Amino acid sequence: MALLEVKDLGVRFTRRDASPVDAVQRVSFTLEKGKTLGIVGESGSGKSQTVMALLGLLPGNGQTSGEALYAGRNLLTLSQRELNQIRGDRIGMVFQDPMTSLNPFLTVERQMTEALQLHRGVSRRDARRQAIEALQRVWIPDAAQRIDRYPHEFSGGMRQRVTIATALLTEPEILIADEPTTALDVTVQAQIIELLRELNRDLGTAIILITHDMGVVAGLADDVMVMYAGRTVERASAQALFENPTHPYTRGLLDALPRLDDADGSHDIDAPLRTIAGNPPAPGEAIEGCAFAPRCALAKDRCHTTRPELEAIAGQPDGWRACLRPVGEMMEVVR
Amino acid sequence: MNTSPTTAATTATAAPRRSRSPLELAFRQFLRNRAALASLVILGIIIIACFVGPLLLSNDPAASDWSAISMPPTLLGQHWFGTDELGRDLLVRTLAGGRVSLEVGLLGTLVSGLIGVAWGATAGYIGGRTDAVMMRIVDMMYAIPYMLIAILMMTLLGREFYLVVLTISAFSWLDMARVVRGQTLSLRTREFIDAARATGVSTPGIILRHIVPNLLGVVVVYATVTVPGIVLTESVLSFLGLGVQEPMTSWGVLINDGAQKLESMPWLLLCPAVMLCVTLYCVNFVGDGLRDALDTKER
Repeated sequence: MALLEVKDLGVRFTRRDASPVDAVQRVSFTLEKGKTLGIVGESGSGKSQTVMALLGLLPGNGQTSGEALYAGRNLLTLSQRELNQIRGDRIGMVFQDPMTSLNPFLTVERQMTEALQLHRGVSRRDARRQAIEALQRVWIPDAAQRIDRYPHEFSGGMRQRVTIATALLTEPEILIADEPTTALDVTVQAQIIELLRELNRDLGTAIILITHDMGVVAGLADDVMVMYAGRTVERASAQALFENPTHPYTRGLLDALPRLDDADGSHDIDAPLRTIAGNPPAPGEAIEGCAFAPRCALAKDRCHTTRPELEAIAGQPDGWRACLRPVGEMMEVVR
Repeated sequence: MNTSPTTAATTATAAPRRSRSPLELAFRQFLRNRAALASLVILGIIIIACFVGPLLLSNDPAASDWSAISMPPTLLGQHWFGTDELGRDLLVRTLAGGRVSLEVGLLGTLVSGLIGVAWGATAGYIGGRTDAVMMRIVDMMYAIPYMLIAILMMTLLGREFYLVVLTISAFSWLDMARVVRGQTLSLRTREFIDAARATGVSTPGIILRHIVPNLLGVVVVYATVTVPGIVLTESVLSFLGLGVQEPMTSWGVLINDGAQKLESMPWLLLCPAVMLCVTLYCVNFVGDGLRDALDTKER
């Protein structure tokens, strides 16, 4: 049974002196128990706003449409009070930048135990003990001593492990990680990915992982949703998506990954990095056809005038794409 | 300071030093600022002298020494700051008056700080219409001439000490509220506030546990500006004859008395005025030092 079911989610920001901006449009996905969903896209593709909307964290001028069913309730219509019983308890969140997502004036203990005391009514002493155990689980050495420290006394990677440990204290069913590795350096990134994988496996926590890094998704996700300009362009199992991308944008993203060796085993260090030419549309820009058409090598006239809808991919269960060009053509894109 | 034994030090692990909060780090930075530290010491001496001095000195601030009327300051006799035309010892009167002035200043700052922080943090964090209404109330309060209210309160309700504090506090929290609101506006966009919301912390919980501790630096610095402001306001009120009542005295009352006898007995003006100025300077220097120390708070 689906743990979280998002149907036709839309996020619109009203502006004082201008037309509203649709940051997210008609996004649907389901998250199964214990699975990992990767949401991929460029900056401004609406991936962060999608999860912010789920947790009721949009700024004051943001409005949502559609529904997000969790345990039979629509998260989008809950009051702040009702949401406060779910977020931080059943759904945990890890933010992008561990340098700013911890309160500099509170000790790590006070920040970690807040959720436990709030949602479980655990005594301060028990909360502290559980927090120390959680820190040990994410490989923080000397957890019993470090828990009394302030965030500025931790390195970036350790802080991110602290935020993950904090989010997991209440044993949530869903962990939302918004670019958890973006602000960290590469070796630490690998540790965090490994940590998330372990927690997913050992605790059965379902994860929504937001990232712009295809490599991170490949290492962690069961299913992948690719977003562009606020819409889903492709959604498939990670295996199918990486082996056989059916959307020109997904293909472009995969091609843009730098490689140490080419498919034939040779490697050319001086080869230029592959990019997708052009820029995504500006927020609020009126788009008639496919938002990706101006940057797409396969675009035909029709792509600029007709908006593609998300359709099931033939012969691929749970595979969806929004493209007017046939799947077969994707292979023709020069790699 | 850093040798205090803690559990971390005794367990002989890789964490021998004590954990330091951002405020503690700022305080250590402050101690390196000599001008501010000197001011803090002088200020401490003045405060102790004002509160303890009158108890230790043999002269009573209200008692007259009929053998020494209108005596100029002298280090030889009993009256170091001289006496007034009633033979009252000016040193004791300056210290006793300083106590009242400082009490008004500190109490007024405390009350205005509490109101200002609560008001500004609430308006700034909730934002939107609540913010607009709350800040328009502040604007309206600004438009009321506080002197008029002070004169009304004093004449209708009497010149009581607590009324003076109350009247001054009722208007001096406005600046604090504005400063705090501005700071809160920038704080609420920080990711750790989102993180607290994602943890399910209620709005009052976020304001109390996450916003207010982060405001402390600004509030402390701004309080050092408020203290002299309130001391001055009290002096002005007293100068106008609206402050505390005889036999109670304050620096403002003494300066008012002295100003009237400037030509015949200049020390009556000079002694309390110098004390007031030194105190205000010291508070300002301390405030400056605190501002510098807290400036680089993200260490």
